[in-house]
Amino acid sequence: MLGLIWLIPLLPLAGALVNLVFGRKLGDPRAGWVATLATAGSFLATVIVYFGMLGLPAEERNRVVTLFSWLPVGALKVDFALLADPLSVLMALFVTGISTLIHLYAIGYMHGDAKFSKFFLYLNLFVFSMLVLVLGENLLVTFLGWEGVGACSYFLISFWHTRNSAAVAGKKAFVTNRIGDFGVMTAMFLAFSSLGTLSYGAINESAQSGALAPVTATAIGLLLFVGACGKSAQLPLYLWLPDAMEGPTPVSALIHAATMVTSGVFLMTRMSPILHASFPWAMTVIAVIGGATALFAATVAVAQNDIKKVLAYSTVSQLGYMFLAVGSGAYVAAIFHMVTHAFFKALLFLGSGSVIHGMHHEQDMRRMGALRKVMPITAFTFIIGWLAIAGVPPFAGFWSKDEILLYVYANNRGLYVVGLVTALLTAYYMTRQVIMVFYGKAKWSDHSAEHGAHGDLTPRESPRVMLVPLVVLALLSTVGGAMQLPFSKNLHFLGSWLAPVVEESEAQIHGTWAYQNKYLLLAVAILVAFVGIVASIAVYAKSLVRTVEPKILEQAWYYDNAASQVVSGPGAASFNLIAWVDTNIVDGIVNGVGELVRSLAGSLRRVQSGFVRAYALLISLGAVVMLAWFLVRGAMS
Amino acid sequence: MVFGAGSNVVIAASAEVLNFPILTALVILPLIGSLVVALLGHSRPEWVKLSALISSVTTGALSLWLLGAFRAGEAGFQFVSQHTWISQWGISWHLGVDGISLFLVVLTGILFPLVIVGIDVHNNQTSYFAWMLLLQAGVMGSFLSLDLFLFFVMFEIVLVPMYFLIGGWGYEQRVYAATKFFLYTMAGSAFMLVGIIATVALARRDLGIVTFDLIKIAEGAKFSTNTARWLFVSFGIAFAVKVPLFPFHTWLPDAHTQAPTGGSVILAGVLLKMGTYGFLRFGVYLFPQAAMWARPVLFTLAVIGVIYGAIAATMQRDLKRLVAYSSIAHLGFIVLGIFAVSSQAVTGAVIQMVNHGISTGALFLLVGMIYERRHTRQIDELRGIQHVAPIFAGVFTVVMLSSIGLPGLNGFVGEFLILLGSFGPARWWTVVATIGVVLSALYLLWAYQRVFHGEPDEANSSFKEMTPREGLLMSVFVAIIVFSGVYPKPILDRIEPSVAALIKHVEGQTK
Repeated sequence: MLGLIWLIPLLPLAGALVNLVFGRKLGDPRAGWVATLATAGSFLATVIVYFGMLGLPAEERNRVVTLFSWLPVGALKVDFALLADPLSVLMALFVTGISTLIHLYAIGYMHGDAKFSKFFLYLNLFVFSMLVLVLGENLLVTFLGWEGVGACSYFLISFWHTRNSAAVAGKKAFVTNRIGDFGVMTAMFLAFSSLGTLSYGAINESAQSGALAPVTATAIGLLLFVGACGKSAQLPLYLWLPDAMEGPTPVSALIHAATMVTSGVFLMTRMSPILHASFPWAMTVIAVIGGATALFAATVAVAQNDIKKVLAYSTVSQLGYMFLAVGSGAYVAAIFHMVTHAFFKALLFLGSGSVIHGMHHEQDMRRMGALRKVMPITAFTFIIGWLAIAGVPPFAGFWSKDEILLYVYANNRGLYVVGLVTALLTAYYMTRQVIMVFYGKAKWSDHSAEHGAHGDLTPRESPRVMLVPLVVLALLSTVGGAMQLPFSKNLHFLGSWLAPVVEESEAQIHGTWAYQNKYLLLAVAILVAFVGIVASIAVYAKSLVRTVEPKILEQAWYYDNAASQVVSGPGAASFNLIAWVDTNIVDGIVNGVGELVRSLAGSLRRVQSGFVRAYALLISLGAVVMLAWFLVRGAMS
Repeated sequence: MVFGAGSNVVIAASAEVLNFPILTALVILPLIGSLVVALLGHSRPEWVKLSALISSVTTGALSLWLLGAFRAGEAGFQFVSQHTWISQWGISWHLGVDGISLFLVVLTGILFPLVIVGIDVHNNQTSYFAWMLLLQAGVMGSFLSLDLFLFFVMFEIVLVPMYFLIGGWGYEQRVYAATKFFLYTMAGSAFMLVGIIATVALARRDLGIVTFDLIKIAEGAKFSTNTARWLFVSFGIAFAVKVPLFPFHTWLPDAHTQAPTGGSVILAGVLLKMGTYGFLRFGVYLFPQAAMWARPVLFTLAVIGVIYGAIAATMQRDLKRLVAYSSIAHLGFIVLGIFAVSSQAVTGAVIQMVNHGISTGALFLLVGMIYERRHTRQIDELRGIQHVAPIFAGVFTVVMLSSIGLPGLNGFVGEFLILLGSFGPARWWTVVATIGVVLSALYLLWAYQRVFHGEPDEANSSFKEMTPREGLLMSVFVAIIVFSGVYPKPILDRIEPSVAALIKHVEGQTK
């Protein structure tokens, strides 16, 4: 069964190829169905592999399937090989599962778009790359997928490329990610030069056996983390993600919320033995960056008015939460939150897409309100997503967030406070969003009066093909927490599934105060979510308190502004300076020498029939003289 | 003798001379073609293109046959052909191919017919094709020569047709650019000529005979440390100009921008590789110790080229000039790899020579097609082309991503192997060079955004979609780009043994 693993990435690739060749002929909606079926087939293959693995004893759940030799040069032996182990299969399950739902949704959402089939070509290509990323047996195969998802993300962000903002956002995403790739590449160079391999199995083994010096492990770990900061939008490289919302909403849900942006968390988990072999401060660096990003992005989300921007900053914040977990050694919790977040964030994004679709491409929440009346299913499922992200029990987000907080408390109480404040802000801004969009007065109705002549602008519920994915994701967001419940070790399903790959981290915190009082922490988390929700209701529903949405938060602390000003100011100026030096100084010297020779040659030889010929003759003459000299000298010795 | 295994192969391979002198044919065929075209031009102008085609396609087919017949896994020279030329000076017509030159020969073989078939010239076809074919002969000869004199002759022959191609069929400032190209490279070659003569004269003491034979000198001569350094520098200057290595690069943007499309494709595709190939074959192989001595300087210049070329590319307003500067950056990677002298880095450098030829050649073709349609190369006069010509834009995207070094496409293989293999011997240089990987995304994507994205204005809204002929031409490039990115093993298997033998030679000499 595990041998079938190659089928998982192959099917979406085949779907992409079919749409590349026949996409235009297939058209709308058949091209979409082809892509959806390819992804669904991939999901099915993953399920088969999963059950195949379930039937094996834990220590045998590891199989490398080599497809062909990719880069064999001397000591370097890189195979195009896939690894079937609990982590990769879990990743493949949720990637293919969510992809299938989002493909289905996109058939409705993209209906009528001029480039319908191209959209699904890119989407399938993305799923293929993402699966290569998670199934790769070595760093280089993962990097192939890593860059592939980056390229697809670029295509899809600038999908509506006639819009300048979309074109700029796509480029920004690619280039910013490349900065992260610098880290991944140098990490690979370092791993190869110190261990002679890029294979996960071999690298992790030498990390566990202590063969890897802590200083090297630290360098590899942190360089990979640089890559993770790019792909998973952490400070200081998160800048591209809010702009990536220029892409069609299914793209935001799939790539920029559920799957691609979690690659960094996956990579750190995959390489967790390297982190363990590092100096302890390496983990602290990761936790601090994660915590800082979580808090930073949450404060920004509070003041956004674009329905997708709120969710974008929220995603940055939640990804920070995952790195907070990684930095606290809570890999299972990080993966747990990655999966639940994929459920509820995909749900929220798709819900917002349904709203945008129903609102005729309006994204400003200040022009929404009371939409629950006209879009009941969208509203209902969105509210479930809200409860899940806000940390209300028993919805999925509560359990994963709580597990992270438990580990963070045990490791660093300062960061625990950061985590709690973030949780409070999350509940606050998500409640704000739900109120602004679905409750209160309908701001769009005033609008339709003005535009009455242009036709009916009343928002409408989305078609069924879009609603089915919403309902399924709402269900998953409700019960997803059951993967890993804190009450008993027997309920740690996710933990025991991942045990062969990821060290059971509970042992580390077993004796701590946090562990003994985990129900108290649970209660604190509930309280914090409750406070956030109530505060938001007081502000936005009841208007008891004035809104606090300072400009500095709306502008994301002016960080993006500052960065673009550095790039377009001193950055561009220094680049221009170099280009100027090249033309005027480096080339100027060359031309000066040329002039000098020309004037010398001119005064030496009055009859100058042509510069080139004169110079060539001079050289040949000189050469002949030298030739003669060498031959004479050679003959004499 | 360290290279003993290789020498045996040479002897075994020379038996093939009896069959068919394929390497000689690869050099002579285009030469004959060139003469035929020149002669037919007056009497039968309608046969000119056909003869050029036949000559170049046959050469291309022969080079592919060579690729098929080449024995993978062998380090030494194959299909060796040796005939005495000027016996009293020990000069011979000595040709051979190994893993290092094989793919450059094949690239030369296929790039010329593609250019001849794919690009129309509007004036004076006869001379154009005659020069093109002479150029092919010269480039082939340069990559195949195992005799220093023959190599020098071929290396110099190349200048003449290229000078006339730029000067005769180029753009506004073609004469300035052609003259600069000619003089600059000629000046560089002068140093090499002195170096060659000195090498032969000095090697005579160890060998007892006057010979220009590369292998005999490399295996038998023992130069004193200082002498070797001087000789290496004299060769090195010629190659540094040819590559071109910073700060000797300024002839390149002018030559590239002013050359006709076919000239640019050939210039980027194979001509520049004569410099990097020369470094490897005549620099590192002949003077290993001196090459190792010069490493810090060469690493530094190479890495400056990578960063500097990328930065200068970012700020260009002319699309063709942008691609020209990107070449400087890419060739910096190759020089870094060559002097890192590790199996991965040198193999990466060799494969990158070929891949850069494919990607940059394709980019020049595409820019040429844009110019044909819009009569401008200025980035700010182009806009929104993807909207009107999606297939054109799609092909451009694939080629661009290959140039950026996206894994799964050809450009990545060489770049990655070079950096991976250089990290050990040249750690900090490699780290800086890796920044170039970030920058390559910046200048190409920014240019793409400005040229292809956005709403097309009036001048660009009638931009013609790719024609079937253009599509066919580009599909050859795209096929190579994808294949050698996904499955480079057959290529690597042919390059690596020769590289390993070279490295062993270097290690043996520098112990």
